[in-house]
Formats: sequence, structure tokens, C-alpha cells
Amino acid sequence: MKRRKVIGLAGAGVVGAATAGTVAWRMADDPVAPAAPAPDRIEFYGERQAGIITPAQDRLHFVAFDVITKDRDALIDMLQSWTAAAARMTAGKEAGALGAVGGVPEAPPEDTGEALGLPAADLTITIGFGPSLFDSRFGLRAKKPAALADLPKFPGDTLDPGISGGDLCIQACANDPQVAVHAVRNLARIGMGVVSVRWSQLGFGRTSSTSTSQATPRNLFGFKDGTANLKAEEATLLDEHLWVHAGDGPDWMAGGSYMVTRKIRMLIETWDRTSLLEQETIVGRDKGEGAPLSSKAEFDEPDFAVEGDDGEPLIAQDAHVRLAHPTENNGVRMLRRGYNFVDGSDGLGRLNAGLFFISYQRDPHKQFVPVQTKLARLDQMNEYIRHVSSGLFACPPGLAAADDYWGRSLFG
Amino acid sequence: MRTPRLLAIVAAAAATVPLAACGGNDEAGTASGASGKITVDASDTECKVAAAESDAGTVTFAITNKGNKVTEFYVYAAGDRVMGEVENIAPSLSRELIVELAAGTYETACKPGMIGKGIRNAFTVSGSAPALTEDAKLAQATKDYQRYVKSQTGALIEQTTAFVNAVKAGDIEKAKGLFPIARTYWERIEPVAESFGDLDPKIDAREADLAPGEKWTGFHKLEKDLWVSKDVSKSGPTADQLLVDVQTIVDKSETVTLSPVQLANGSKGLLDEVASGKITGEEDTFSHTDLWDFAANVEGSQAAIAALRPAIEEKDAALAKTLDERFASVEAALEKHRQGDGWALHNTLSEADLKVLSDEINALSEPISKVAALVAGK
Repeated sequence: MKRRKVIGLAGAGVVGAATAGTVAWRMADDPVAPAAPAPDRIEFYGERQAGIITPAQDRLHFVAFDVITKDRDALIDMLQSWTAAAARMTAGKEAGALGAVGGVPEAPPEDTGEALGLPAADLTITIGFGPSLFDSRFGLRAKKPAALADLPKFPGDTLDPGISGGDLCIQACANDPQVAVHAVRNLARIGMGVVSVRWSQLGFGRTSSTSTSQATPRNLFGFKDGTANLKAEEATLLDEHLWVHAGDGPDWMAGGSYMVTRKIRMLIETWDRTSLLEQETIVGRDKGEGAPLSSKAEFDEPDFAVEGDDGEPLIAQDAHVRLAHPTENNGVRMLRRGYNFVDGSDGLGRLNAGLFFISYQRDPHKQFVPVQTKLARLDQMNEYIRHVSSGLFACPPGLAAADDYWGRSLFG
Repeated sequence: MRTPRLLAIVAAAAATVPLAACGGNDEAGTASGASGKITVDASDTECKVAAAESDAGTVTFAITNKGNKVTEFYVYAAGDRVMGEVENIAPSLSRELIVELAAGTYETACKPGMIGKGIRNAFTVSGSAPALTEDAKLAQATKDYQRYVKSQTGALIEQTTAFVNAVKAGDIEKAKGLFPIARTYWERIEPVAESFGDLDPKIDAREADLAPGEKWTGFHKLEKDLWVSKDVSKSGPTADQLLVDVQTIVDKSETVTLSPVQLANGSKGLLDEVASGKITGEEDTFSHTDLWDFAANVEGSQAAIAALRPAIEEKDAALAKTLDERFASVEAALEKHRQGDGWALHNTLSEADLKVLSDEINALSEPISKVAALVAGK
């Protein structure tokens, strides 16, 4: 995937432009920064957390944690350790200064080692704070944003609580799966005694483009996904739909974004024996090009009014693209960043496959919730999907420099 | 790759470890020269140890499995007493064994397929490099732990005798009650027991551990007789053998002195046992009395740490405090499952209960994994 390497570099530049040049390289403050950014390295520090409008990497390892300590200082201490390790790992370095083989032989290695010799692979590590963190344990009740209120139950939800929610989450994305797993594994290890892994999810192929420089990928239904996604280059739209403004809620979230995760099992076996015509009718786009059924090219705006010879709209009333489209949802937009998954098989002779949906938005209750409410009620696609896990996390703004740490504005 | 500050201990040893040429092994010189490690090339049929001798002190073996079978590497003292071992080295993996050896004659062994006596080589340690135990506090630690072992072995033989007598008398209920109690003393001193090689499997093998055709003896055979077959009329010989084997362990353990590094690794090893065998309910799969073993492993681990505690306190007071807190936290979590003089059965615990215990063991094991380096790097 040579093309993506180039995109990674270009994308990083574009990010700066998109945010009016406010993303500065802060090498002087960053002890782990190299002399110049490597082509496969995404800057960890900046106004925004990396991993949101960063051109979507190919691989995901997502993990949600429960905080198991009652000691607020221990949690803060861990967040500081996490920040330092994340800064190192996103720079292509080992989790700790002594690394996998640099310590004394009697001690377990500081880094777990499986990423030795691998490049940074555009690794981004993005943190989020879940609603449950804001209970009575750490004195954060008053700092809980209204936007972080629990999501409602949607019609048809078959959520497994064991793989839903969490006090904290880490989204690790990279173009090498081992690099992403290495990041999560080392953070989990650092967190022993403070946090415990609640659930985790691997994703093997991105299902969204977050930059105009990227081709639109396909989900496991075989369709292009994320054509109408928010993109890094759309600064005005990002400002309106993605980033939390000062005054939206508590100050600590200004400049951040809210993440919704939904693990969506796809019943691919039944989908695969559905006719092409029906598949395209359900999606509302053609399978080859990804064009709306009303139009010719992928990026043509869908025209929901156009009717066929039978007098019915070319894009059905309950087609996915219509139900989810901004023009049908008061202009609501989200930045989607999902990944395909196959978690082995389900014991019934079927692949346990689907889409790990991730969206970022300024307020999930004004963006994700109304759209999903409509989809859950009306979408023809529901026959082929099951929502089995749900998560909501507040992702604070980026860190200014190496003396800053994840959660400082929240706990400070 | 390695930074200059690395391996203070081994670097010191490197200057003194004579690198014996090893016929036919081209890699020996370079592989063992830089780091002071003795490379071991293990295959399905060979065990090429790059050096046949070393100076006394900390010796590091770097074992690479170049065969197709999972292998193990051991260092034995006279009488096949295990001085150190690395288990479960998968094909193409490399592992290290750090072992503290006093002057004397030893044997190394690779065990392709993890069975039998293995492929042996003589290994001679000479000189009198200052052992870690010269540190007064560490020396005291080994003495203290020895005393602990003695206290446990006395109870072990007593309770095993009572258990064996109940089995032989056909008193199933009594035997069931004594089973987890006798095992408590066994599980507390497992690091010692394991240093006697094949006695451990004779006493404690699980049915799933056996190779085809291998005779099953020990606690878990009797456990199955008591809980599954519910018939101990033919269990007499197994019970007698168990008592003989336990008596042998008890006698031998009187002579064992664990080094500070062995103590530290033993305390971690006991918690690893909890994490891999007791949390999952694999240990006592018929009786479900795993929490007795769980508690005993933690107590044994704590005893080893307690012996080392003065030394830990001196070198890293914060770590000592963390260990105290985490041991207390594990005990509190376990205490919730106490029932009378014993513990709830494993199969009555919910997944959520087990996750809490697993988290506690993880939280304790991470800082404990730092102790070996601490006591070695005096």
C-alpha cells in the first residue's frame, strides 16, 4: 500500500491547514520528537488528538477499560504514564526508555517487544472518557458533559453489556496490525492494578475515508462506505459538526470530540445470497461505482426526488443512503471512522463478521442519536445487521507538549 | 540495539565467563561474546550449549529452539535438583534463563517434546565469585524462607498422612474434607517442590498433563476417585505412593536453600500459577476447591516476599509499600469468598467474581515481577 504512505505524509500537512495552522510541531518540548517527522509517523502532540481526522489507517485495535482503583492519584499517575508511553510509541519507539531488551536480565522487559523493528506505521493513540467515569468515585460528577449522557436504547438493539461501555477507551490505529496491538497491550500492562480490560476489538480494514486524498473503502457487504463522510479538508464543516466549542459544555472538552462505537454484526451469509438488485436497493447506491441510484458517479449528490418509470423514487424511501443522508437529517454530519472485523466464527457455521462503527461528533445526542433512531426504525438493512455493542466516550482536545498529559484538564 | 547502561550484572559477569569453544557450532563465539550470555541451540535431536563452564555467580543462558517440537531447558545440580528452568519454548522462539550458580558440577538439559530426561551436557562452575547472599539482608532472607519451608513441610506431611489414611479407610467424606487442606501446605511451598524435578508431576500432575501411556499418580488422581468415581476401594496404592513422594519432598526440602533471586522468582511463579490454573478452575477440576490453592499460592508468595522484604525496603521503599498494599487488596478480595474455615467452590463464582480476582492478581504480579532484578542488582 505504497500510496497510503504518501497520503499519510500529505495528510499530516493538510491537518495543519485544516485547522488554520494551529497544529504546530513542538519538537523543542518533545523529548521523543525526531529531527524531522518521518513519513510514517503521525505527530502525537497538537491542538487536536491524532486519530480523528488523521487519514484513516488500515488497522484498528480498540480497547475499553474499567477503572478498578478507587485512588484518584493512582489513576492520574497512570494517565501520565500512558501519555508518555503513547508519545513514545507513536514516534515508533518502545513503550519505555529501557525497551524490550535494554533492561537488566532479571527484570521483565519494559516493552513487550513485538513491535521491535517495525516502523511507526502511522500509529495514532486516541483516548476517551466514558460516562461511567463521572460517577462518585473520582469527584468528576460536576464535570460530566450533558453530551455524555447515556445513549438511549434503539429499536432492535441486542447489546451485550460485557462488550459495551467502559470508563476509559483507547483507539489505536496503524497501518500495521501488530503496531496497533503492541500499543494497546503495553498500555494495558502499564495500567495493571488501576484499570482492567473490559472488552477489546480488532479491525482489519478501514471502512471510511477521513481525507479527500483517500479512496473510499468497502465494508463487508461489499459496498463503498463513508462516501459522504466528513473529511479532514473540510475545515468549516469540521468546526460545525466535529469539534466541541467553548460554551458547548464543560471547558475541559472544548476542542475535543465525542466518540460513539457500535459493534455491528453483519449476517453476511444471508446478505450474500441476496440479489444484486436487492442489495443495491437496500443501500441506495450501486455496488460497482458506489454512485447514488439517482446518479452516475460516486461523489454525485443523491437526488432523492428522481423517480423511475414506475413512479417510485430511484432511491427507495427506506434505503440506507436516504435515511442516513444529511439532507434528510437536518444537515447533521458525523465523522465516521469504522473498521471491518471478523472475530472467528459463531459456532453455527457462520463467520462472526461485521463493522465496528466509530463516529466522532460535536454532540452525539444531536447527531448520532437522531440518525440512528431513524435507521433503527426504518432501515431495510436491519434484516442483515445486529448492533451487539455500544460505547460513548468523550475525547478531550490534544496535548500541547510533553509536560501535558491525558486528563490534566479534567482532573486538574 | 542494546544501550550501554544495560545489563550491569551480566556485563560484569561477561568479563569472567570463559567462552569455551564448542565444536561444530559456528555461532557460539559471536553469539555468546557480546552479552556474556551462553547461547544454547536446541533442536529436536541436539542441545548445543556454547560453553561448558562458567565462573560462579549469575549465569545467563540464551536458548533458541531451532527444532520443530516445543522444548524446555534445565540446569540441574547433583541428584537432578532443578537450579533453573525455562519451559514451553515454542519452535523458533528464543528465551533466557538466568540462574545463580555456586561452584560445582551441574548438568544442562534440553527436552524436545518436553518429555524424558532430555539431552544432557556437563556444566562446570568454578571460582568463588561473590554470591548475592553476601548481602547480609539477602542472606537473612534465604534463612527466613528456609524456616518458613520447614514450618510448612511439617504440616504438609501431617495433613497428607491424615488424607491418605481417610482414603485408605474408605471414608470418602472425610477424605474430601482433608484434600484441600493437605494441598494448602503443598501449594504454599511449590517453588521448593518444583526444584526437585520429577517429584512435582508425581504428586501434582493433572489428568490433562499426562503423556499417552504415562501412569497417573498423586493428589489429582485421588481427587477424581473421590469426586467422580466416588470409589476409593482401589485407591490404596495411589494413596501410599503419594505419601512416599510427599515424604521424599519433605526430606529433601530440609536441605534446600533458595537464593534471593529464586525466592523472588518463586513468589512471582506462585502468582502465575494462580493466574493460569486457579482462576480458570483447571487445578481442581473435579473438586472445584481451587480457591484453597489460590489462597495458599498467595500466602506462599507473600512468605517469600516477606523474607526478602528488608532487602526490598532498603533498595526501593516505594515498591515495598506497593507490595504490602496489593497483597492486602488480594486478601480482601479473596476474603469475600470465605465460607467457614474454607472457601467457596470455584464453580459457584460468577464470571464477574473471577474477573475481580484476576485483576487483583495482575495488579500484584506486575510489581512482584520487579523484585528479582532488585535483589539481583544489589
